[in-house]
Amino acid sequence: MYIDPHAHMISRTTNDYEAMAAAGIVAVIEPAFWVGQPRTYVGTYIDYLSAIVGWERFRAGQFGIRHYCTAGLNSKEANNEELAEGVMEILPRFALKDGVVAIGEIGYDEQTPLEDKYFRAQLELAKELELPVMIHTPHRDKKRGTTRSMDVALEHGLDPSQVIVDHNNEETVAEVLQRGFWAAFSIYPSTKMGDARMVQLLKQYGAERIIVDSACDWGVSEPLGVPKTAELALKSGVPERHVRMACYENALAAYGRSGQMRESDWLDPPPIDQRTLYAGNSILRGGREPHVERHEGGE
Amino acid sequence: MQIHAPELLSRWLEKQTSPESWRWLSERIARGAATPERDVFITLGLIPRRLGRADLALDAADLEAADAARPGWDPRGWSVDGAARVLVLLRTVAQGDKFPENFQRLCRTADVAEAIAFYRGLPLYPQGDRLEAQAAEGLRSNMSAIFEAVAHNNAYPRDHFDDHRWNHMILKALFVGSALAPIQGLDARANADLALMLFDYAHERWAAERGVSPELWRGVGSYATTPPMLADLARVLANGATVEREAAALALAASQSEDAAPILQSAPDLARRIETGALTWQTLA
Repeated sequence: MYIDPHAHMISRTTNDYEAMAAAGIVAVIEPAFWVGQPRTYVGTYIDYLSAIVGWERFRAGQFGIRHYCTAGLNSKEANNEELAEGVMEILPRFALKDGVVAIGEIGYDEQTPLEDKYFRAQLELAKELELPVMIHTPHRDKKRGTTRSMDVALEHGLDPSQVIVDHNNEETVAEVLQRGFWAAFSIYPSTKMGDARMVQLLKQYGAERIIVDSACDWGVSEPLGVPKTAELALKSGVPERHVRMACYENALAAYGRSGQMRESDWLDPPPIDQRTLYAGNSILRGGREPHVERHEGGE
Repeated sequence: MQIHAPELLSRWLEKQTSPESWRWLSERIARGAATPERDVFITLGLIPRRLGRADLALDAADLEAADAARPGWDPRGWSVDGAARVLVLLRTVAQGDKFPENFQRLCRTADVAEAIAFYRGLPLYPQGDRLEAQAAEGLRSNMSAIFEAVAHNNAYPRDHFDDHRWNHMILKALFVGSALAPIQGLDARANADLALMLFDYAHERWAAERGVSPELWRGVGSYATTPPMLADLARVLANGATVEREAAALALAASQSEDAAPILQSAPDLARRIETGALTWQTLA
């Protein structure tokens, strides 16, 4: 069993869901992020958040995959002040929806004053609502941006065990682990991390507080990043226990702090969920066909 | 004495939640219409965390009291969190004068469990006539549990939908594989236009070599009257599986047309069971 704790499924196809379920992925977390094209109205942002707490969750359930998400204003769109103010106003409506496991992904892109302002405001919201935080570390000026993200989180009184720092690489991981935060890695070969490099990191650092994800989205990315990395790690001699921690248990422990994500959600789903949301895991049920409801389709 | 819906919900919830949870909820709604919108949203979000998601336990007397409070209100299948969310709406936003606008905003950002609760509460809200467009949005959902929150065990569609909306609800229920039997007013609201739509739909299914739900023939009511319709029913009566034959027989028995009875008599065993009350839509469901 695997968890992919960073997957933008809203951009992926039903083929991806089938392949992910077949590869053993039982749960995904969909962080709220930008969608390639900037949003310019708070209304489109509301509908996006509604889609990831509602329809996408339902869609995943039809393939036997449990879908969770995070709610937040991303760093890129924080630079549109009018939009950002609107999103901050509606964010408390979404932060407590079923299956929202964190405030995220938030943090810095170009490290502008507006990004800083809304990052801090959202850290305060996470504190008020007792939710974990998923931090998106910047692509550029990464090392300093990562350090700064953690400084600011601590300044606002968050406990490192409540904060997942994502998109790490060889240059950032040591400090993140040393300061007690969760260190996540996105197996997104063109810009972030490759699976062979990830295996080296597991060998060097072990698996404590390390989380592997795919960050698959609308770009060239790999929805099977987690299972493929796990297989390569096992083949390369990484202990099975470490693979299980990095590709399943740690994500569950970190995001389970929200109270919104439990192993029983997929191992022993409550009847109400079976009636409404979740078709059960076809692998666990002996390879039965995913149950896809009849509906009016996408035309 | 008749007890109003919010009092009933309060009684049921107080009985089924811990004193601490109940006190929390009571405090969250104590300010009524003056509750800030942000607090309403946070209360709605916290309810499952504070009160849990158990089924609402109701006995026959509770169901009777519900029907007396609002004719047709059927809270069977409600959950504790769903009932608490409806109570929050009734005690806060519904106390103000802009309920339809606020209800629309709440539904637009609802998660699945919230949407189910909000739509199940439809018969209980003020200004019901102005909620019809949002109820229709619930019917458009691709998530069958949300569609069914409007369509099933809910008096709102029967009381507020015009024939056009009603007919499309019935047809969609068949289309997505939802049962018709839990739809309140199913028999009373049958109409000629719906019968035409249902026969057309049956033909589409047959053309694609797919079966037709026996419940489709119940939706036709007494309006299977034209010769092509009667010929269809005669064919199902002659060649269908047992349950399909029974359904066709019931539709023929209900038909307003004089030409229906002789066709029904071609299956004397079914005709007799209908006459004696041994075969009804209830026994079929």
